Amino acid sequence: MSLTSRLSLLAVLSLGSFAARADINMPVGVTPISRDVYGLHMLIFYICCVIGVAVFGVMFYSMFKHRKSKGAVAADFHESTLVEIVWTAVPLFILIAMAIPAAKTLIAMEDTSDAEVTVKITGYQWKWHYEYLDSGIEFYSNLNAEHNAARQVGSGIDVSQFDNYLKDVDNPLVLPVGKKVRFLHTSADVIHSWWVPDLAVKKDAIPGFINENWALIEEPGTYRGKCTELCGRDHGFMPVVVKALPAEEYDAWVAENTQAEEAMIADSGDGASAAVAAVDDDREWAMDELVAIGEGVYAQQCASCHQADGAGIEGAFPAITGSAIATGDHAAHIDIVYSGKAGSAMAAFADRLSNSDMAAVLTYQRNALGNAVGDTIQPSAIKALR
Amino acid sequence: MSTAAAGHHDHDDHGPAKGWTRWLWTTNHKDIGTLYLLFSLVMFFIGGGMALIIRAELFQPGLQLVDPLFFNSMTTMHALVMIFGVVMPAFVGLANWMIPMMIGGPDMALPRLNNWSFWIMPFAFLLLLSTLFMEGGGPAGGWTLYAPLSLQGGDSFAFVIFSIHFMGISSVMGSINIVATIFNMRAPGMTLMQMPLFVWTWLITAYLLIAVIPVLAGAVTMLLTDRFFGTSFFNAAGGGDPVMYQHIFWFFGHPEVYILILPAFGIISSIIPTFARKPLFGYASMVYATASIAFLSFIVWAHHMFTVGMPLAGEMFFMFATMMISVPTGVKVFNWIATMWRGSMTFETPMLFAIGFLVMFTIGGLSGLMLAITPADIQYHDTYFVVAHFHYVLVPGAIYSIMAATYYWMPKWTGNMYDEKWGKIHFWVSTVFLNVLFFPMHFVGLAGMPRRIPDYNLQFADWNAVATIGAFGFGFSQLIFVYVIYKCIKGGEKATDEVWEGADGLEWTVPSPAPYHTFEKPPAQYS
Repeated sequence: MSLTSRLSLLAVLSLGSFAARADINMPVGVTPISRDVYGLHMLIFYICCVIGVAVFGVMFYSMFKHRKSKGAVAADFHESTLVEIVWTAVPLFILIAMAIPAAKTLIAMEDTSDAEVTVKITGYQWKWHYEYLDSGIEFYSNLNAEHNAARQVGSGIDVSQFDNYLKDVDNPLVLPVGKKVRFLHTSADVIHSWWVPDLAVKKDAIPGFINENWALIEEPGTYRGKCTELCGRDHGFMPVVVKALPAEEYDAWVAENTQAEEAMIADSGDGASAAVAAVDDDREWAMDELVAIGEGVYAQQCASCHQADGAGIEGAFPAITGSAIATGDHAAHIDIVYSGKAGSAMAAFADRLSNSDMAAVLTYQRNALGNAVGDTIQPSAIKALR
Repeated sequence: MSTAAAGHHDHDDHGPAKGWTRWLWTTNHKDIGTLYLLFSLVMFFIGGGMALIIRAELFQPGLQLVDPLFFNSMTTMHALVMIFGVVMPAFVGLANWMIPMMIGGPDMALPRLNNWSFWIMPFAFLLLLSTLFMEGGGPAGGWTLYAPLSLQGGDSFAFVIFSIHFMGISSVMGSINIVATIFNMRAPGMTLMQMPLFVWTWLITAYLLIAVIPVLAGAVTMLLTDRFFGTSFFNAAGGGDPVMYQHIFWFFGHPEVYILILPAFGIISSIIPTFARKPLFGYASMVYATASIAFLSFIVWAHHMFTVGMPLAGEMFFMFATMMISVPTGVKVFNWIATMWRGSMTFETPMLFAIGFLVMFTIGGLSGLMLAITPADIQYHDTYFVVAHFHYVLVPGAIYSIMAATYYWMPKWTGNMYDEKWGKIHFWVSTVFLNVLFFPMHFVGLAGMPRRIPDYNLQFADWNAVATIGAFGFGFSQLIFVYVIYKCIKGGEKATDEVWEGADGLEWTVPSPAPYHTFEKPPAQYS
């Protein structure tokens, strides 16, 4: 066996083991499209390997044979029309051969017709919001709270204890297996991108525009992904988790959550406030009650910019502690949270927080984080604005 | 350096002015070339230092060193510094030094404009870097400055845009000067198709710059008015379109990619024939391939945007057009190998860097072909696979070509041979660490690690640790480069006029070091 054939055998063997390794290669995924994409990826990869072996083979052969120290004398040729036509035409044919299957897959990827379930996905700095257009279920999906605590600079928490560090959320997107699901992507602030490698779905979430995409998941399981478009400070901390359930389990989940949704019809709150969401906004709330709820809302909605201790980040995100707004007039304090601040990262929370949650977080900001104004902002004050 | 220039063949010949103001007022193409090259070397270490901060944070999972916002500002600044502060000025520096000598002209066509083009640069970068110390920090929305994210930064954003305008003005003036020089200053009788390939590739690059820098200027000016003057070009709430920014940006950005690599093609086309002792194979097809690449570079921009939700027909067009680029690029690689074929090769440092370029640029080109396949690109997009791809074409591509050029022409610039042993050590250490640094990025990218994230899941930990070790190795081995340059300026074995046994071209007909003024009388061999 010559050296060249031995080397090429070695290359083929190592390529074979490469293809099978999920830690260094693209996942095959669980949808027909993801399998096609994986197939295209491996095909073009092998084509590149063959081209590489041929090009580098000739080059290294020449470097060993045609060196001056071996007494090589330079030839004098410097053009050959035939050779030049051949090496222009051959790559062109390879490209055409490659373009056909690629175009087929691309056409299939863009065909979002006949979907059975539609989910609207909205990107926020830095969380996802899911809304099932068929059943009306909607919720936010945040980074797992333990991971969020561990990932702070100087947290001192060993992140290797978490199995899915930075790849786990509080509320995963639940989808049915075997049904065509259509995704509608948009954003409330900057551009995000919703990516789940196992579904081969990656689409930008663009404010003011709606993008479409689809997936047909064939196996139940949990599939994890990330935001892939730089979206600010916590871009690395807004994971995507999809939980694919068999059709019956999915229907049961929808039924259960539709009921829960109806039960709190008076309130569109999320997370920490769910338990008290149905309570009337008109009653007078006690400060302790508001601060307790506000602490949870603050951690979810405010802490990533204004920091867990309210100190903010100088020059980028103002401090809450000692802030003139958070310790001053009610109207100004309510306004900046309700309507946001144009031209900055401060979003309008009018549609994102219920009356009670907003009142709670405002009261919390006034009476915690080093502030001690001593008054409350009542849900009724927020309700009056709507 | 050229201070040592001693040519006194001509009675009215004069050397450089005395004192440091020589560098401030100089209109001499060699002085300005030296300034550009030194500026680029300094920026290389600043941009490299930023890369090391990025790699240090990514050494292990968890956030150990920097705030995520500062991390984003490092990735943004690293790119801006490396592209606009290192690769582009280095190529302009090489053009300044070599183009007049290669075409037998006495200097650049517009010497005072030349002085101005350079001296804008230090101020542009002072502005850019100073934003790191301003309230709100430097730009942190990525070097592409995508709206609306880039509009969220502090008021220092105005300084960033102003500095980009400065860099753009400098580039356009430099390009106009190069075009004017090539068309007006050639030795009598030298036809366009007799010009060295470095001159050809720079001519085409200069046109690319003149065409697209104003587009970038327009895009960032619209960002400026959106941010500070209440317009809504890219704000959907005001009737604008954030995706339009990306189209405009990449209409500049893709030709920019070729601006960063075409002069490299010219350098490699000079070096390989010298050390293979054989003329360049397919000179004419090299020129046509360069022109084809330049043309195609204008019609592939949206392949950076396959996930923004373009119409199917648009995605198809940009996929096919992108795949086409591999044809002329392939022709170039094949031509270089055919030049080596049946040559009589030796492997001095410039040749080592040229071969390193050829091998690793081809690897980057092949991963580029993979990226052209749109359905697969949607999986690769914005992951470390892309980071691996463009670093393979830019570091062992553009940067290696600049290093190859430095070793190749330094004896002509200084009159001294550089230290061959340390040059070769520089090559081998750099090449080993470079692959340790960038190759694992293919793996983590395919396995699902997005780019521009400061922290990651444990599954990516091993390869990130490896990459960081490679980064520090590569970074510190560049000190060898500085040492070799310093030593060569100070002294060493005297270089002959021809320097290299197989060298061909007008620059090798003048003495080493090249006198302060060359070709005051045009060379006669073309007329």
